[in-house]
Amino acid sequence: MVSPSRLHLPRAPARPGEAPDFSYLELSPAGAVGRPEVTAKARDIAPLALELVRVLDDRHDAVGPWHPHLDPGELQIGLRHMLLTRLYDERMQRTQRAGKISFYIRSLGEEAVSVAQCMALRPGDMLFPGYRNQGLHIARGLSLVDLMCQLLSNTRDMCKGRQLPVMYHSAAGRLFTISGNLATQFPQAVGWAMAAAIKGEDHIAATWIGEGSSAEADFHHALLFASVYQAPVLLNVVNNQWAISTFQANAGGEQRSFAARGPGYGIAGIRVDGNDFLAVHAVTQWAAERARTGSGPTLIELVTYRAAAHSTSDDPTRYRAKDDYLHWPLGDPIERLKQHLIKLGEWSEERHVAMTAELDAMIAASWKEAVTYGTLSDGPRLNPDLMFEDVFKEMPQHLQRQRALMRAEKG
Amino acid sequence: MAQMNMIQALNSAMDAMLQADPSVILMGEDIGYFGGVFRATEGLQRKHGEHRVIDTPIAEGAIIGAAIGMAVGGLRPVAEIQFADYIYPGFDQIVSELARLRYRSAGDFFAPVTIRTPCGGGIRGGQTHSQSPEGIFTHVSGIKVIMPSNPFDAKGLLITAIEDDDPVVFFEPKRLYNGPFDGDPNKAAIPWSTHPKGEVPEGIYRVPFGKADIVRSGSQVTIITYGTMVFVATLAAASLGVDAEIIDLRSLVPLDVDTICSSVKKTGRCVVAHEATRFSGFGAEILAIVQEECFWDLEAPIQRVAGWDTPYPHAFEWEYFPGPARVGAAIKAAMDPA
Repeated sequence: MVSPSRLHLPRAPARPGEAPDFSYLELSPAGAVGRPEVTAKARDIAPLALELVRVLDDRHDAVGPWHPHLDPGELQIGLRHMLLTRLYDERMQRTQRAGKISFYIRSLGEEAVSVAQCMALRPGDMLFPGYRNQGLHIARGLSLVDLMCQLLSNTRDMCKGRQLPVMYHSAAGRLFTISGNLATQFPQAVGWAMAAAIKGEDHIAATWIGEGSSAEADFHHALLFASVYQAPVLLNVVNNQWAISTFQANAGGEQRSFAARGPGYGIAGIRVDGNDFLAVHAVTQWAAERARTGSGPTLIELVTYRAAAHSTSDDPTRYRAKDDYLHWPLGDPIERLKQHLIKLGEWSEERHVAMTAELDAMIAASWKEAVTYGTLSDGPRLNPDLMFEDVFKEMPQHLQRQRALMRAEKG
Repeated sequence: MAQMNMIQALNSAMDAMLQADPSVILMGEDIGYFGGVFRATEGLQRKHGEHRVIDTPIAEGAIIGAAIGMAVGGLRPVAEIQFADYIYPGFDQIVSELARLRYRSAGDFFAPVTIRTPCGGGIRGGQTHSQSPEGIFTHVSGIKVIMPSNPFDAKGLLITAIEDDDPVVFFEPKRLYNGPFDGDPNKAAIPWSTHPKGEVPEGIYRVPFGKADIVRSGSQVTIITYGTMVFVATLAAASLGVDAEIIDLRSLVPLDVDTICSSVKKTGRCVVAHEATRFSGFGAEILAIVQEECFWDLEAPIQRVAGWDTPYPHAFEWEYFPGPARVGAAIKAAMDPA
């Protein structure tokens, strides 16, 4: 009844035991893509969705019309945030392996996405992150101790023990609470941007999603509303090529770029080298200016690579080629910015080593402090009564009763 | 017979059905090449082909919508939703479409879709990997709702589900995948190989829907439960030395009212236990039925044990989980009403 039919089944380019193969990737040379005016109409710039904006070339020089001409001090801050994100990830991964936290998600290889984008936005802009955007929290200046306490579900946990590790938030930092359900933040960010427009504010919203999650209906709803109301929002698709074990072709990236979903909805779509700090910054700044000045939303596809496992519960050696990240054509975002700064005479290997040591020490000191507020197994613990709070603003009678029963159960 | 854990038993059911019926296909996120995040479909794509074990995009609404179309087109799809917590993007397709297709077309169309999905807590999954939403689905007319508690039942019930011409939502208590779990997280894990229900036949066999399993016969109180709570209730009753009759419903829709009522009429006392939240939970339906059918035989108010009416918190997993202490308190209240 079921024949080996004409049904097309997308394949990953390389599975375990095979050589990494990135020949599918469509690249543009650094500096080759034109930079339209921020007032350009979406319909007039549709080809941007198929090209790849790159600024840093193979010799580590910044070239072309998208060169953002950032101050070297700004670039050093970007390098520092990215390095801190990576070292924090490494350390937290180890603490998970040591059983101190229950779960962790690294952003290895994708640090430029969150850091450069956050730096190109303003502090008043509202961010709706996914779960692999820790660089946003770091670039927005959240304290490492606060982030670690969330991972530990301890007495200083901003979520009061209710969320899985990495599901941070910061109302003051304008970082929306992260959901474990995929894509839900996309239409919410559009709504926030609509509210800003209704209120006549200059603030814009930005949100992030994986290319895999862009398959969810919420993604498409977000594009539709953003287009209809010309909401001041940046809709970012982080195309890191993998959704756990499924390759981006399986999410619809084989026939057309994810950025190209934008023009289909009447939204500017642009594809950018996600491992090129300068290109990501420039594209984000361009899109933010469009949003802020009434030229509407932009869908940005950031082409990058998920260098690590999906999470601490995942083992990518079961489904993709070994050491594939070493062959990724767009390199490593930290190394590329570092080499660019060295070429500018604004950085050195010695300074890099010193900064690594300084950040490592800061992470270690933060961890030492964070665990004094408790871990899942030792030290002070959150009061389980907290479980019943915040279900509603005021606790209804049935929850008060259940809280009393829970206390009695604990004896 | 072979020793299987629940994952292996489910895998074996799907393997046998793929082998026996060319219209059976599997679809879901990460289920093909990778074999599923819980490994339930491991090896099945390699064995049965990419056209029959299909990796889908992350789009539960599309998975269920497409499964309905495939089923109408003559296939018998088994869709995996990676966690029950992720089923809601497909909710409209289940409630408004899948459940009513036969009804609204006067029987001219139907969709034999099975939706498998892991549920329940106890794995430090936090509020988005721990939910037990079965009561949301039992409330919808037109879908069958199943939750096995052991490998033998899991395989037999899944085969029944796949062969059934009506849609089935098949909940798998993930804390039971590797072994029976009695609610005490500090005890060493017990594998299914030490449990009689870990003995599973290799080929095709069926466990019928609408037939509860009396896990333990007893005379003093009837405990009506399903899923992980079967083992929690067994431990709770044993530690109190109460001669409890423990009923594993297995099939919530259709429900085995006869087994429930004849047991309660015999014991005169009743405790209902589930892991899901209490308010408007499936337990309320059981209570209503027992009250309607067994009122004159009851010697004490019916007791209900459930998860608290809050989202499932990461840090307070065991304060939230309705463990042996909570079930024990309910048994005591049923035995000795104040």
